[in-house]
Amino acid sequence: MHDSFLTHARKRWLWVALVLLAGSLVAYVWHDPIGPPNGGTWLGYTLGTIGALLIFWLTSFGLRKRTYANRVGSLRGWLSAHVYLGTSLILIALLHSGFQFGWNVHTLALVLMLAVIFSGFFGVYAYLRYPSLMTRNRDSATRQAMLDEIADIDQNALALADGIDPKIHAIVLRSIENTRLGGGVWSLLNAKDSSDLALAKARQMLDAKEKAGDEAKKVSTREMPTMFAMVDFLAGHADDKQGEALRKLIDLLSRKKSLASRVAKDIQLQSLMEIWLYVHVPLTFALLAALVAHIIVVFFYW
Amino acid sequence: MGYTVAGISRGLEVAERYKIAIVGSGPGGKSAAARAAESGVSHVLLEAAPHLSNTIYRYQKGKHVMDEPGILPLRSPLPFKAGSREVILKAWDDGVARLKVNVKFGHEVSKIRKTEAGPFEIACANGAQFLADYVVLGIGLQGNLRKLGVPGEDLPHVQYQLDDPGEYSGETIVVVGAGDAAIENAVALSKQNNVIIINRKDEFSRAKKGNEQAILKAIEDGSIECYYNASPEKVTALPDGSRKRMRMVLATDKGKAQILCDRVIARLGATAPRAFVEACGIAFPNKDPASVPAISPQYESNVKGMYIVGALGGYPLIKQAMNQGYEVVEYIEGRKVEPADEPLLRDKFKSMPGFTSVTAALEKIQKNVRLLSHITPLQLREFMLDSDIRTPAPGEAIFQRNDYTNTFYSIVEGEVQVQVDADRRITLRRGEFFGEMSLISGRRRSATVVAGNGCVLVETPRRSMNKLIASVEAVKREIDKVFIGRAILSRFSPESTLEQIADVVESAKIERFKAGDTVFSEGEVGDSLHLVRVGSLTISRNIGGKEVVLSYVPAGNYVGEMALLGESKRSATARAAIATETVRLDGEAFKKLVTRNPVLKLRLQAEYRQRTAANLQMQAMPSGGDIISFLIAQGAGEATDILLIDESLCVRCDNCEKACAETHGGTSRLDREAGPTFAEVHVPTSCRHCEHPHCMKDCPPDAIHRAPNGEVFIADNCIGCGNCERNCPYGVIHMASKPPKKPGLLSWLLFGAGSGPGEAPYDPEKKKEGASEKKAVKCDMCKDLKGGPACVRACPTGAAIRISPEQFPAYAQSRR
Repeated sequence: MHDSFLTHARKRWLWVALVLLAGSLVAYVWHDPIGPPNGGTWLGYTLGTIGALLIFWLTSFGLRKRTYANRVGSLRGWLSAHVYLGTSLILIALLHSGFQFGWNVHTLALVLMLAVIFSGFFGVYAYLRYPSLMTRNRDSATRQAMLDEIADIDQNALALADGIDPKIHAIVLRSIENTRLGGGVWSLLNAKDSSDLALAKARQMLDAKEKAGDEAKKVSTREMPTMFAMVDFLAGHADDKQGEALRKLIDLLSRKKSLASRVAKDIQLQSLMEIWLYVHVPLTFALLAALVAHIIVVFFYW
Repeated sequence: MGYTVAGISRGLEVAERYKIAIVGSGPGGKSAAARAAESGVSHVLLEAAPHLSNTIYRYQKGKHVMDEPGILPLRSPLPFKAGSREVILKAWDDGVARLKVNVKFGHEVSKIRKTEAGPFEIACANGAQFLADYVVLGIGLQGNLRKLGVPGEDLPHVQYQLDDPGEYSGETIVVVGAGDAAIENAVALSKQNNVIIINRKDEFSRAKKGNEQAILKAIEDGSIECYYNASPEKVTALPDGSRKRMRMVLATDKGKAQILCDRVIARLGATAPRAFVEACGIAFPNKDPASVPAISPQYESNVKGMYIVGALGGYPLIKQAMNQGYEVVEYIEGRKVEPADEPLLRDKFKSMPGFTSVTAALEKIQKNVRLLSHITPLQLREFMLDSDIRTPAPGEAIFQRNDYTNTFYSIVEGEVQVQVDADRRITLRRGEFFGEMSLISGRRRSATVVAGNGCVLVETPRRSMNKLIASVEAVKREIDKVFIGRAILSRFSPESTLEQIADVVESAKIERFKAGDTVFSEGEVGDSLHLVRVGSLTISRNIGGKEVVLSYVPAGNYVGEMALLGESKRSATARAAIATETVRLDGEAFKKLVTRNPVLKLRLQAEYRQRTAANLQMQAMPSGGDIISFLIAQGAGEATDILLIDESLCVRCDNCEKACAETHGGTSRLDREAGPTFAEVHVPTSCRHCEHPHCMKDCPPDAIHRAPNGEVFIADNCIGCGNCERNCPYGVIHMASKPPKKPGLLSWLLFGAGSGPGEAPYDPEKKKEGASEKKAVKCDMCKDLKGGPACVRACPTGAAIRISPEQFPAYAQSRR
């Protein structure tokens, strides 16, 4: 039924890659060139050609992905081959170089290629690990539904706060204005949600208030102004009805907090599944340039 | 033109008298009136609304109206060509004015009675009365909108429909009603207005789930105010210069209340026209709401002198109705007129051997095919207009086993061979029919049928056949009887003939179950066997106090045989997964069948062993059945092919949606993210290609079809009416216009021209503003692409698959 790209067609491409690798290794061990093994021997040229062709073909994955009516295999098959054959490139390229490195364009091409491949490994890891985390985090809601609910809660919280006290209203309004989801790359990946702690404290204080009213007042109100101010208010001069409304408000804000952190987490996971491509793809183009340079240099200036 | 007779029956009003009274100014009625005016016949056209063609008038602004069927010529003094609503209405208004049609607006006919003296007496809701020798009913199927029924119901700002909620802002609007229309209006209006909704009851249970949630949420939020258990008592206009325009007085369970408001929108539904039509004396063949009254070839009903044109008579398309309007006046005037469809029928029948005239051909069909002898000549004409005559060469396959077609065939001449299996053939001869199995079950063909000698067949599409079955009781009875006999034969006793099992067929009964109904329960004594005819069942057992689903039984299979052969108690519970019909075979009769047929017993036992083994496997994995239950709860039981996404593999790249859009003119027909998830199995919003597609239910141009491989698709003759979008319970159909063409890959990549592959096109609405011709789009499972559905093929990780319900047990097992 559902078949991952790693197990596609009974791991056909894993076996293809393994055979390719085994063949290359056997040839490398068996081959006895004059001088040290390098790219200039017939085996070196053969491995180099295979490697270069593989790189061009692997790059064409981006093209295949975008030609939606293409009938040459399924995209899953292509990705499967892309992953396994791409991985096999590490060894093929190393054997091609005969493990000779230096400060030159040839090694630059190798380094770029390894960077592309390892960024790809992160991609494989992300594809295997994050989808399940994302499902669990979403808990059957869509991101839009969560955002809509947040917007609703904001409206309700404002209405509720309006009925309690102008001061509370202003605080809630400020907290709404400060809610920000998404943003730059860093905040996307961080899924920062510094207010969890504050919320927990707020609940603590609410309990405390119910037990020993005035004591809560002494707690510092430096960090999370919204919650603390409300609890302050609750402890100090709210009558029963206002207390009820405040409690409702705190419930709402807690719910919003949990939703917001879920959305942040959702965005973070999705970003993680995409961000590596922003390394993988540009490096691929750099690799192509270096590879062309490598080939030209080898043929014309050796 | 009319002349006046003083002191008719009641003598209260002075009634005008005409030769023809036409009720309803839709395409049919208006065309009839125009023809009468043109030929100088005294007539009156009565219209309840203050304008012509209320149904089309109420289409949204700028809507493109199509003129299907294209092959049918138009025959009317009024013009009609495909175009925008405004152009068409204007042309009609001009035509009616030019011909000086005697039209009376605001005249809602409330009663039509045939007087003893001869003429019909027509009473209108506004008190006007008319006398007419002939009446043409062209009132369509929309019915009249229900009004408030209290003083003030006709005030200028009391309205019964809402075209564009965005038109009003900053008003206080009272919405009356608790149905879907009222809720949708109230919610849409509440964005810019202060909305109060009046509900006669204490809940919104009549509405769709989504709407109910929306309104309850809006009420809870305070964005809409709701009066429950309240009903309007009167509406009065306030003097000019008041802050609000009107005052509405309500009776509530706590006493009277009053609301000052600017506008009242009452959405109280419409009265179906059927009651009115029946009150006129016109008979319907049965209670089925889909049935239409029987009319003669001249469109005359069973009431002499009363004619029916248009949708009410079963002709929903504008052009058909206009032609009928013209013809009906000709018939009344005693002129012979060749029906507009005559040349079309002649073309159809030309291929029939020995063809002389359309009438002769129709007579021959009716004489040879008993099934069609039950219907009126007009019904037969209509039936033949939709059908095709086929004259396959001997040996040619008419359809193949496992094809997904659902047309129905009647044999006019010659014979066909049904290949039940490799070495057995059944011959069907003149007058018999075939293809009813797939028509009824909505599943693949169960056998290959090959043409014999001199074969002349009538092939009828699903919709026309269903219409006939719904409107003619005798046709339904006959088809059901043959279905039962053939189903028993093919499933249990292929060696016998129909005559041999006549007693079993006689004792068989068709039973209907709603989704979730129990067919039989575990532990009860079994006295019958059920052969699933339509729909599907789930088999479940009570394991440790929990009902665990073990298997899924699609149409064409049977359940409950083992309780008849040995074990006397039911070993499991059978439940309808969706609306289901079974053929119930009595225990005694079935035992007779088994004793007569020793092979059958062995076969049944072998199948039983297989089932038990499969069930045991399912029982061993407790969560497996939960996945099936989940899928069934999503309506997958009626699917033939459903898209499932494994969320542990899905990387949310939306390549499936992009591939769908790119291969289907820029609009994705699937919404990956929407839809429920259970145990990482996600059911996205995407077409399931139902056995009995809800979208096909009410398609005026019959544009929705099933392709031989099972894909339900919308053909190009879609008129964009949106019925399918409304009828689909899964929300997978959209109305979309064609987006602009995309640039080639290279010019996008290198020069940044237009939008690239997988990217949304640049605001297609903006570019196409004005003449946007929206048509319905839905998944066609990429039937025109080789290699299968693009969504599945474009999934890089293997998360997306399409499976059929038969595979659910295997699927559940693969997911432990």
